[in-house]
Amino acid sequence: MAGSSSTVPAPGGFARLRARMGIGSWRRGIHMLERNAMVYRHTWLILFSGFFEPVFLLVGMGFGLGGLVGSVNGPGGVAVPYAVFVAPALLASSAMNGAITEGSWNFFWKFREDRFYETVLSTPLSPNDIALGELGWALVRGGLYSMGFLVIMALMGLVTSPWAILAFPAALVVGFGFGGAAMGAATFMRTWQDLDFVSMATVPMLLLSGTFYPVDVYPDALRVLIQLTPLYQGVDMLRKLTTGAVDASILVHVAYLLILGLVGLSVVGRRVGRTLLS
Amino acid sequence: MAQPSAASAADVPSLIHARGLTKRFGSFMAVDGIDFDVAPGESFGFLGPNGAGKTSTMRMIGAVSPVSAGTLRILGMDPGRDGARIRARLGVVPQQDNLDVDLTLRENLIVYGRYFDIPWAEGARRADELLDFAQLADRRDTQVESLSGGMKRRLTIARAMINQPDVLLLDEPTTGLDPQARHILWDRLYGLKQRGVTLVLTTHYMDEAQQLCDRLVVMDKGRIVAEGSPNSLIAQYTTREVTELRFPVGTQAAALPTLEGLADRIEVLPDRVLMYAEDGEVVAEGVHARGLHPETVLVRRSTLEDVFLRLTGRSLID
Amino acid sequence: MAASSIARVFEHQALVYRRTLRGSLFSSFLNPVLYLAAMGVGLGMFVDRAAAAGAAGNPALGGVTYLQYLAPGLLAATVMQSAALESTHPIMGGIVYHRIYYAMIATPISARDIALGTLAWITARLTMIAVIFAVVVLAFGAAPSAGLLLAAIPVAVLTGMAFAAPIVAFAATQRNGEAFPAVFRFITTPLFLLSGTFFPLDGLPAPVQAAAWLSPLWHGIALARSIAFGAVGSNPGLALDHLAVLLLFAGGGTWLAVRNLQRRLVK
Ligand SMILES: Nc1ncnc2c1ncn2[C@@H]1O[C@H](COP(=O)(O)OP(=O)(O)OP(=O)(O)O)[C@@H](O)[C@H]1O
Ligand SMILES: [Mg+2]
Repeated sequence: MAGSSSTVPAPGGFARLRARMGIGSWRRGIHMLERNAMVYRHTWLILFSGFFEPVFLLVGMGFGLGGLVGSVNGPGGVAVPYAVFVAPALLASSAMNGAITEGSWNFFWKFREDRFYETVLSTPLSPNDIALGELGWALVRGGLYSMGFLVIMALMGLVTSPWAILAFPAALVVGFGFGGAAMGAATFMRTWQDLDFVSMATVPMLLLSGTFYPVDVYPDALRVLIQLTPLYQGVDMLRKLTTGAVDASILVHVAYLLILGLVGLSVVGRRVGRTLLS
Repeated sequence: MAQPSAASAADVPSLIHARGLTKRFGSFMAVDGIDFDVAPGESFGFLGPNGAGKTSTMRMIGAVSPVSAGTLRILGMDPGRDGARIRARLGVVPQQDNLDVDLTLRENLIVYGRYFDIPWAEGARRADELLDFAQLADRRDTQVESLSGGMKRRLTIARAMINQPDVLLLDEPTTGLDPQARHILWDRLYGLKQRGVTLVLTTHYMDEAQQLCDRLVVMDKGRIVAEGSPNSLIAQYTTREVTELRFPVGTQAAALPTLEGLADRIEVLPDRVLMYAEDGEVVAEGVHARGLHPETVLVRRSTLEDVFLRLTGRSLID
Repeated sequence: MAASSIARVFEHQALVYRRTLRGSLFSSFLNPVLYLAAMGVGLGMFVDRAAAAGAAGNPALGGVTYLQYLAPGLLAATVMQSAALESTHPIMGGIVYHRIYYAMIATPISARDIALGTLAWITARLTMIAVIFAVVVLAFGAAPSAGLLLAAIPVAVLTGMAFAAPIVAFAATQRNGEAFPAVFRFITTPLFLLSGTFFPLDGLPAPVQAAAWLSPLWHGIALARSIAFGAVGSNPGLALDHLAVLLLFAGGGTWLAVRNLQRRLVK
């Protein structure tokens, strides 16, 4: 079989710079997506069922609880019905949860238990390609859920501004930030028990980051602290978009989440390389 | 590859070229400065006991483990720089099967092919061919989970060939298989060799090395202790035949002085005595002539096991 | 013989649990703190404000504050969620992942002992969780009466077992853990949200209210609440109905769990 030629070009200057930043090649990383899509052909029910969770939350919290709460002050201090207030936050938390499930549990499984990444590394793919491809998959999966959720929000009349079109890419940005961060964190975990740390970080964020009520109930110091959490960034961004109270702070939120994801990615590439390519 | 190759001039350019190849884990020397070359089309073996450094060497060749010191060129390229390009042309069968348990057999092959950028249709065509080759075609749409150990091994080998590699790296390809499964595998690998694929394999089985390798190196504690063809190693380090004596429990020590001088060389193992000589029958007769009555006397041809014993003073499989 | 074998299984579980004791106790404690703080206190401000609740409590919630309303319901609902976690992957572990159940049935312990011992252990775990939860509720000052809240603990644990037992029975039939996410997503999570944990179902459409009768969690929460608020006396028949449903699920589930595990392990 001699003579079969290599399809992998020598790394050029740009590729090297990218590699140094810990960003893989998309052309190679996409094979991770393809593989995951193939797997979910067998377990599509799991994939599909993920869509219902935020919808149950929306019905329960938005309408059930909404009946008790009435209306609250949305962004810009305008009173909005509770369901309108809570729906974008649920979208943000579902983007966070999806990315974190994929980025911590599934990633940990393939990294430590299953030795799947070891197999992949014996092919032309590099640790950075794996990181990029897996995060890409988390975004595809999360994007499907976000899309469905937004459609339901719109049907229920919970979208009150055309800016909401941008809520879809914004939800992807939330997934990117949390997915990268979760994968990065998962590379430091040694046992399944360590993954409890992930829920120790996400549950408080989910409950406290302005998801279910405005953060101005907090004392100033606590409020500032909470506004620094990545979920608050996502919630505030999405709430501003779906209610139309758009301002420049959205750009700050986007930058925050993108940087979070990029840092996560580069940690993943480095740690996967160091651990598996020993 | 127009890479300035470090391969020693003149003769056939080697596919794999190692000089002073070293692998350290912390301060521990897993591979301690070994030299070897593998020529195209050759079938090359690393033989050695547990912990000899075989897997560590294979992983360096597979460009997934950085070289600690020394030179290593694979297909003329440096694994530190051109890892991806090297891996694109290798087929790897790791010591432990690591199939994608979430996929079917056929999907395993196709998806693995995607990592090499093999188009879907082409991958599917090759997958079907390889499933035939591995005699797994009738299970192609079942999940990997349900396969037996031998079937998984065959699938792993088939998977390693999806990119039509120039070199196939096989780390203990038949460990854990029953004799029949081993023979099927040997047969498959022999077929590949006939088709010109370069095989690099590790094993601790002598018969496997004798079956599959043109040339091999014997490793022990990270070093190469001998090199040659299976037969030349036997010629160099042992005699044509071996007479194995087993004495009733507790009587071996007393019998030893009487055996003195009966063979070219005598190895004493805890449970038996090995007598090396050109003609084993003569030794056996001599033993009886001196009035000794071992429980069993076995005359056999010597093997790589004997080579290893001679080289290291230890039995290969302890 | 059987009783001592069940005890052996229970011991085994307790021994295994010791390894994760600290982390587990911590989250059993943190969880109610977070939920009561965020939903009870934080969100409660908005709920009570909306109903113009005064010193007499929130009229929309029968005269208690939202925090007080939430506490007993969340107690039962949290125990239910822990019950689901304790009866899925740990069971799979015994049968598939590390196969310790097969090691057990090679000894004088029977499959029935394993099922009962494991359920007994889950009951103990849920009791721990419920007690910690109740302590946190008291620390928040979220119970009209400490004694009544403690009386609601057995109801919460029974609610948990009304889930744990059938889920163990289900897990005993599974080849791997693939179906568990669906259990969480289609059973426990929606029930957690829609069984009256966070809001009374009175305002919801009639079919939804009728469907709630099928949810053991709804019965558990309703009973826990009426005990905690000292309201059982006002409708003892309804309380008995709730209790009967919970016992039916727990008892029927236990019977199924024993049967399924026997079928699974003894072949
Ligand atoms: N990642 C690692 N970190 C530390 N030490 C290692 C690592 N990998 C291998 N070693 C050590 O290096 C030595 C050689 O190991 P290696 O796996 O290469 O042996 P081997 O010849 O393949 O043995 P076996 O026949 O058991 O597969 C062993 O002592 C092993 O413990
Ligand atoms: Mg090895």
